[in-house]
Formats: sequence, C-alpha cells, structure tokens
Amino acid sequence: MSLYAVQKLIYQLNRDPRVREQLAQDFDGLLAQYELSEEERNAIRDPDIGLLYVMGVNGQLLMHYAALRGFGWNAYIEAMREGERKYGPVRTGLYTSAGSRS
Amino acid sequence: MSLVFAGVCSHAPGIVGRKDRADPVLRDGLYAAFERMRLAIEAARPDALVVIAAEHFANFFMNNMPAICMGMGEHYEGPIEDEAWLGIKRTRVPGDAQLSKALIEEVMNDIDLAYAQEWKFDHGISVPLHFLTPRYDLPVIPVNINCQGPPLIPLKRCYEFGRALRRACAALPQRIAVIGTGGISHWPATPDSGRINEAWDRAFLDKFIGNRREELLAYKDEQTWREAGQGGFEIRTFIAVAGAAEGHTGEVWFYAPIPIFAVGCTIAVMRLRHEDE
Repeated sequence: MSLYAVQKLIYQLNRDPRVREQLAQDFDGLLAQYELSEEERNAIRDPDIGLLYVMGVNGQLLMHYAALRGFGWNAYIEAMREGERKYGPVRTGLYTSAGSRS
Repeated sequence: MSLVFAGVCSHAPGIVGRKDRADPVLRDGLYAAFERMRLAIEAARPDALVVIAAEHFANFFMNNMPAICMGMGEHYEGPIEDEAWLGIKRTRVPGDAQLSKALIEEVMNDIDLAYAQEWKFDHGISVPLHFLTPRYDLPVIPVNINCQGPPLIPLKRCYEFGRALRRACAALPQRIAVIGTGGISHWPATPDSGRINEAWDRAFLDKFIGNRREELLAYKDEQTWREAGQGGFEIRTFIAVAGAAEGHTGEVWFYAPIPIFAVGCTIAVMRLRHEDE
C-alpha cells in the first residue's frame, strides 16, 4: 500500500546527504517520518534488498540504496534473485510478471 | 542559427562504473565511438549542447512528475551518484540560463514544458558528458523525458517535442547541438540486468537512422516492455532526436551488446544538411 512512501524515502536518501546523515544517526527517527508498514520498515532497516525488489521498488532507486548499504553489483543482483525465490514474484510496479524472461 | 548536430548515445552507469569488467575490445570500440562523437560535436562549433535524457529519480519523483522538463539553470551539478560507484567525479557543469529561457519560450509555442532552475545530473547525463565534454567547458541544457514512472508521454509527443526544439533552434542566433541518451532494449537494475534483445535493437536503430516517423511511432509500450524491457521506454529520447532531425537520416557509428554494461551500447548520428542556416 505504501510503496510510494518506501520509494520516496529511498529517493530522498539518494539525493540528499542530510537524509543519509540522519540514516546514520537516527535510523528509526527517519523511518518514523514516512507512512510505512512494519514489513516495509524492516525491509529498509535490515536491509532486505530482495524483499524491497519484490515489493516493487524501482531498480533505479533500489540499486543506489543497495550500494549505500554496501552491496556490490553482483551482490545486488543476487539479492533480488534471492528475494524472488524467498518471497515470490514482484507484487506491483514496473517489474510485475517480469516473467517475459526467456 | 540552427541545430548543428543531432545524435544519440547510451548512458548506462556501467559504461564507466564497471569498465574493467567488460570485454576490452568491445569497450574500447565504444569509447572510440564516443570520441568520434566528441570530435563531431566539436567540429559543429555549438554554443550549447542540449542533452535529452531519461533521468532516474535524481530530480523528479512521483510527487510532481513532469512529462518533459527542460533545465534553465546557470549551472548544474553531477553526478548525483556515488563517485566511486559511477567512476565519475562530481563537478559543476555550466548552463546557459538565457539560452534555456529562449528555447523554452519557443518550444512552448508547440509543446507544454516544465522547467527547472536546479538540476542534479545523474548517469543519464553525466556518463555522456564524461566522454563528450570531458573538460565541462560547453554549456549544457538538460531535458528530461519521463521514461521511469508511468504514465509516460506518448511517443508521438516526443517526436513533436523534437520538432518543436528544432524550430526553436532555427529561431535563435546560437548554434545548438542535441543528443538523446538512453538505452534501447534493456532490463537495468533488475535480476535480468545484462539481458539485451539485439534483434529488437537493430530493427529500432534501422528505423531511427532512416528517420521513418510512422514506424518509430508505431511502437507500443506494452510490447516494448515485453520485448525490450522497461529500459526500452527510453526510446523516447531517441524519438525526440529523430523529431529534431526530421527530414534527415543518419548512421550508426557503434552498436554492440555489452552485458556488463546492461545495454546494447549505441552511438548514432544524424546527417544534418544545414538548409535552415
């Protein structure tokens, strides 16, 4: 439901060093500013990159959040694959039934 | 004066950020084609470079998403991404606010536009500039066509935007170069990153360099998504350049799928005959 809020938080993290600073200093305080479900809060905090992908977070946002949290390129790709294995297909957004894979 | 250069190129972040992981022969071929494009732009003696890009949530988000936005800043900054991740150092890029304003006013006769006096470049602009204006000494005017967050502007409007930009260039004394940046088929930042539909790309590029408007505008997003991935929506930037170069054809200077760059890497240039000079 609040995918918009998840993406907005990541968007602001990606572009604003002050938001990144708040993540380092007061992660829970930062999360409290957004209308997030518990699953979303946990996925961002952990971070569970695979779950965020399955929730439908746009990869152009997610890849930078993954990098911010220390995921190298291969680890980022693998985290999304693991997310699909663990949580099933992408639930909403541009990548739903990304099943055109052949 | 007029439009003095029109071309398209890829902008994938891996082109610089993951350069060491690519097949060196293909990578060096791409880099050589970028250099050829740099020299061609230089030879066209532009006063400014309009970069029609598909940005990726660096400035625009779903709280206020413009279909098309044009920069009107004195200067810009980029890349927004982590410098080590992208392999490009953050820098200030000169703009030309007055020229932007004049272009925007002209284009608005035909197409509604948003404008922005502040703009942080992401890889969609920073990667091409890294190769094409490496000294950051040419004023840049950024344009974003929303290719990321549907609903997206129809292709025919992108072509019309290009035509309007061409008319605007013809109405002003400055010499303007334009490039469109984006992928053709690709599935960037997904588990399918690296997948490339080469046949689809080559068919699209053939229509692009032939500037066959009806065929370019016949693409449907649903089909593009299935065959060319969500990254395929970025054909909007190429189609805008085709509109700007209406009546002219071009040639592909480089095309090769480079999976670690997550895209079929492309450099193509329209042969402009300067009949409106």
